Amino acid sequence: MKNIKTLFAAVCAFVCLSTPVFAQEALTLDEKVNQMFSSSTGWFVNLIFAPFPGTTFPWIVMWLVIAASVFTIYFGFVQFRYFRHAISLVKGDYSDPNDAGEVSHFQALATALSGTVGLGNIAGVAVAVGIGGPGATFWMILAGLLGMASKFTECTLGVKYRNEYPDGTVSGGPMYYISKGFKELGLPGGKILAVLFAVFCILGALGGGNMFQANQAHAQISGIVGDYPGWITGVIFATVVFIVIVGGVKSIARVTEKVVPFMGILYVGAALVILLINYDKIGWAFGQIFEGAFTGLGIAGGFVGALIQGFKRAAFSNEAGVGSAAIAHSAVQTKEPITEGFVSLLEPLIDTVVICTMTALVITISGQLISDPNTGLYLLDGSHIATVDGNTGVSLTSAAFGSAISWFPYVLAIAVVLFAFSTMISWSYYGLKSWTYLFGEGKVSELVFKVIFCIFIIIGAAASLGPVIDFSDAAIFAMAVVNILALYFLMKVVKKELHSYVARLNSGEIKKFSH
Amino acid sequence: MTEKIVVGMDGHDSGARALDFGANLVNKLGDCELVVAYVIEWSPYSFQTAEENAERHSRREEEISTALERVINPALEQLEGKGIKANGVVRHGDVADTLNAIAGENKASQIIVAKSSEGGFTKRIFGSSTTNLVMSADVPVTVVN
Repeated sequence: MKNIKTLFAAVCAFVCLSTPVFAQEALTLDEKVNQMFSSSTGWFVNLIFAPFPGTTFPWIVMWLVIAASVFTIYFGFVQFRYFRHAISLVKGDYSDPNDAGEVSHFQALATALSGTVGLGNIAGVAVAVGIGGPGATFWMILAGLLGMASKFTECTLGVKYRNEYPDGTVSGGPMYYISKGFKELGLPGGKILAVLFAVFCILGALGGGNMFQANQAHAQISGIVGDYPGWITGVIFATVVFIVIVGGVKSIARVTEKVVPFMGILYVGAALVILLINYDKIGWAFGQIFEGAFTGLGIAGGFVGALIQGFKRAAFSNEAGVGSAAIAHSAVQTKEPITEGFVSLLEPLIDTVVICTMTALVITISGQLISDPNTGLYLLDGSHIATVDGNTGVSLTSAAFGSAISWFPYVLAIAVVLFAFSTMISWSYYGLKSWTYLFGEGKVSELVFKVIFCIFIIIGAAASLGPVIDFSDAAIFAMAVVNILALYFLMKVVKKELHSYVARLNSGEIKKFSH
Repeated sequence: MTEKIVVGMDGHDSGARALDFGANLVNKLGDCELVVAYVIEWSPYSFQTAEENAERHSRREEEISTALERVINPALEQLEGKGIKANGVVRHGDVADTLNAIAGENKASQIIVAKSSEGGFTKRIFGSSTTNLVMSADVPVTVVN
């Protein structure tokens, strides 16, 4: 509590010192925030990323991968068997025309994607490849494919156990399916787990959904306009987010929601252009990915290091098993909760298997990672692979794209800012839903959360990447601890839904509508 | 068999002209009924925030009741005053496709709409709803100036 008060005081100080006269003083405040932040969150990070005794393998990574594998097997490789059906659902083939005007499968998917596609795909992948080498990409793709089954499980439950209020609004997500699902199955502890999830979701919203975004947006902007104190970016971002989420200026959010998908397409398009220009290196890049996946190619920690980085960043990017998507998907209009499960499994595919792989390939092909020409192994700079200009995170991606398309870093800077902004808006909603679950709906309660959310934007932009990334990861993964535990108990509910739906689909009871 | 004619309303004066035209037509044809339709432009492929999604169902209900209150019910009252049989319908969707679908469901013999009230950029890029309807409708379309 004391730490929170101190942080609050520090942030207030930033805002007060927003004149150039105090710029020098503010720079040291950045450092102070950084120090304070890392010392106050260190214990939490250590707990979540504690390795298995005698190894360097964090238990949490294994927790996510085992869960994704269990769901994949338990649902009979649902992500592959019902892939085409998922596409049909998104296209609206099974949507009742009388439901026009309600939230469509496409809209629920697009909203959830705008919360996940973003810095995880641009900066997160660069972190994974920068530490774990190209081999991390292999494990990232594998984690993405397996994660589709986790997403399927949680999003089905998100719709099945959502709350529909008399005023027509809906609230859903793990906190609801844990408490209601456990009660339905006569299992104890549902309420405690739901509360625990909500607490972690608030931390996740403040960490990965906020600080990491602000931090990397600042890195990207300062990379272009020159170095300046992070708190300035923080204050600007916080002000705009404040206007949207507190001031109710929905038009800004609406514009962002419309621009972000085009930015995503532009990003993938640029990556494809770079890959086409360097088509002769694609085979080599995949060679590096496969070889690095099993040998590490000289990176710190060998192939285990590549695996950890790949799995970590995939989970951070697509959030499968984390539970956040279940909040976003729960607003869809459907009488069959399982249909949203099918639709949601496309999310890790688009996010991780397609977009993250593009980033990894561009970084690998660009030659930004320095390797020893004699041994073929990557050279290390501390725990990172040495890069051409010492770039890490989003600057590494930017340099990789810039080496092929000189003006692209400018487009990327805009994309990063917009992605960061849209992710913040999404996570402010996820955090708010958890907050209101804990403290009840109400204007004052909501305002308190929204103000805290904006303060953390400033802290995130001012702190350095290391502690922010550690806390962001830890907070997001803490959500997965509770969510996955609950999913193991509730997965039989999903299986029942799946069997019932598939039987009706095969018998022709569930038919396509002619549009 | 009673003939049915769909009148597409747009909430503007031009829609009112279409309604008047329809009412005159009914008087001339005799055994005829009007289906007064208002389509709220909506696409299942648009992008929305999570908060908008959560509130979407209640917004939809609000949009429908506002359309009924401001456009459809006054139109029906006006027609009732003239002794014309009519019923109203409010739908979400693409205006041209939905009006055509309403005509199909009601086995209507034609659709009456007003000249487009859209203008500027949207009209240039996507064409007007009226033009799209004329191009794609399965029944004759009368466009009132």
